[in-house]
Amino acid sequence: MLVGHQPKEFLLAVEALTVSFDGFKAVNDLSFYVDENEIRVIIGPNGAGKTTVLDLICGKTKATSGSIQFRGKELTRMRENEIVKTGVGRKFQNPSIYDDLTVFENLEISYPRGRSVFGALTFTRDAAVRDRVHEVAEMIFLKDRLHMNADLLSHGQKQWLEIGMLLIQDPDLLMLDEPVAGMSVSERAKTAELLNRIIKNRSVLVIEHDMKFVEDIAHKVTVLHQGQILSEGTMEKVKNDPKVVEVYLGH
Amino acid sequence: MTDNRFFNRSELIGILVLAVFLVVVLPLTLDVFRLNLVAKYLTYAFVALGLVICWGYGGILSLGQGVFFGLGGYCMAMFLKLEASSVENTKIQSTPGIPDFMDWNQITALPFFWKPFNSLTFTIAAIILVPGIFAWIIGTAMFKRRVGGTYFAIITQAVAAILTILIVGQQGYTGGINGMTDLRTLKGWDIRPDHAKIVLYFFEVGCLFVCIMIAQFVRHSKLGRILVAMREKEDRVRFSGYSVANFKIFAFCIAAVFAAIGGAMFALNVGFMSPSFVGIVPSIEMVIYTAVGGRLSILGAIYGTLLVNFAKTSLSETFPELWLFGLGGLFIAVVLAFPNGLAGIWGDYVQPRIDRLIASRKSKPDGWTDSSVADGAPAE
Repeated sequence: MLVGHQPKEFLLAVEALTVSFDGFKAVNDLSFYVDENEIRVIIGPNGAGKTTVLDLICGKTKATSGSIQFRGKELTRMRENEIVKTGVGRKFQNPSIYDDLTVFENLEISYPRGRSVFGALTFTRDAAVRDRVHEVAEMIFLKDRLHMNADLLSHGQKQWLEIGMLLIQDPDLLMLDEPVAGMSVSERAKTAELLNRIIKNRSVLVIEHDMKFVEDIAHKVTVLHQGQILSEGTMEKVKNDPKVVEVYLGH
Repeated sequence: MTDNRFFNRSELIGILVLAVFLVVVLPLTLDVFRLNLVAKYLTYAFVALGLVICWGYGGILSLGQGVFFGLGGYCMAMFLKLEASSVENTKIQSTPGIPDFMDWNQITALPFFWKPFNSLTFTIAAIILVPGIFAWIIGTAMFKRRVGGTYFAIITQAVAAILTILIVGQQGYTGGINGMTDLRTLKGWDIRPDHAKIVLYFFEVGCLFVCIMIAQFVRHSKLGRILVAMREKEDRVRFSGYSVANFKIFAFCIAAVFAAIGGAMFALNVGFMSPSFVGIVPSIEMVIYTAVGGRLSILGAIYGTLLVNFAKTSLSETFPELWLFGLGGLFIAVVLAFPNGLAGIWGDYVQPRIDRLIASRKSKPDGWTDSSVADGAPAE
């Protein structure tokens, strides 16, 4: 059994991850593994530590102990921008976009070229950049708003723009924190369609409360409760787990 | 069209207007004394220009730009002072051939760090590199540890205070509180007579336009947009794959180098350098020039500098005690009422009217009837 154990076969391996804020363990001895091209949804009641897990993976919060391996690289010791360069992209819960820039400029900044100071100075808006920005803008339904300032977009459009910014980064692991929260019904449907299109050929880690949405996309579901895994497996298995019903799905 | 990596059409017009104003209008209308005053004001415009990049775009408020202005100025002044302290000029001293203030402080040999300033090439390199490297060190120490905002502003103030104390305290090496005075020639060319002042004025304006072009280039590059993005959502920029610290360090360094060029121009045009241009008060004044002109506007910062300094000169001649209160009041008023300064007022109120005027002129060929309408006067 041990002979066949190769950590590199997983895209992401989180092991014994713990973070403690002044003694409070928001994430406690957590381990889980994500395969290539897997879509994993994390669910759980408020305060379960879902967002903290994403914060730990993308480097926003530093782990107290434990390890996060992405393609065999240890992420806990890297800076945020280095983690991005290894291929991890993150969408925040509240749309986090650059309000003072246009939609085009928002996407252009996320284009993975010219990320050093010198690179940014000499960056040229060539055909490759323009084509990619237009392509992504079309996917996120903002094709006719490219030159609008981002703060004039609606909440749903801002969410799409941020998804587009991730898309243009082309990460191997995409992390989405409540991508459909606060959206209207029609926006929700469009977002589900958009997500179904962009999750191909990459692994995705999603936090979501919308159970119908979760059932639609999840390969595997992890239920978190008080910083620990309560249950893990297919949606069917998790839904029928009495512990999960008690703390989360029951009410 | 005219859009390129430096400016778009309306910016080109703005730059040309400024060029005509500085190169043609002012030299033709002012006497040499007043023109030299403008030259002095314009040395601060270099600082304001740097602050537009660093503070306006990058959101990094430095209250210590006087440090870099001073470093640049002292580098230039050291070269000029050495040239003015030839053995022949200083033969009455107990040690001829060293600057007079050293002799007064019983120093008998030129200190080692003064010696390279015999070379003009070294001096020019030092004007750029000394402040640049110093800013890089401060920037690296602060931004890599994610110190920012108010804390950074306070630390830059502290640096300004420390440097002033150092300069004043080390009288024998720096000239102390009096600074370096009696600067005479540049490579044998006398910088004091009127015609030299006019040449130096034009040289300074030339340098200013080079700096404006560099600032425009930075602003129009992706780096300029990253600075704006960083000012709004620093974290997001990290998660777009950029090292925020490096971009902040760059913005701070470029502001420092611009300030240093301004300082060097000050030593040349005004003919001395002293610690009163290094400390906290001048550093804050430089921020006020930028705020009044508009911290997001490269050209606005230059007009702001000129305007505040003209006001300072004329008001402090008539009401010397009131000037500082006036300056403080101006700063508060600008920040509260017009956060984008003169450039904001221009962009919000004047520019739209001009655009309307041009548009209505284009639609109706008889220009004299609609000019009154565009002035805002009701037609009936």
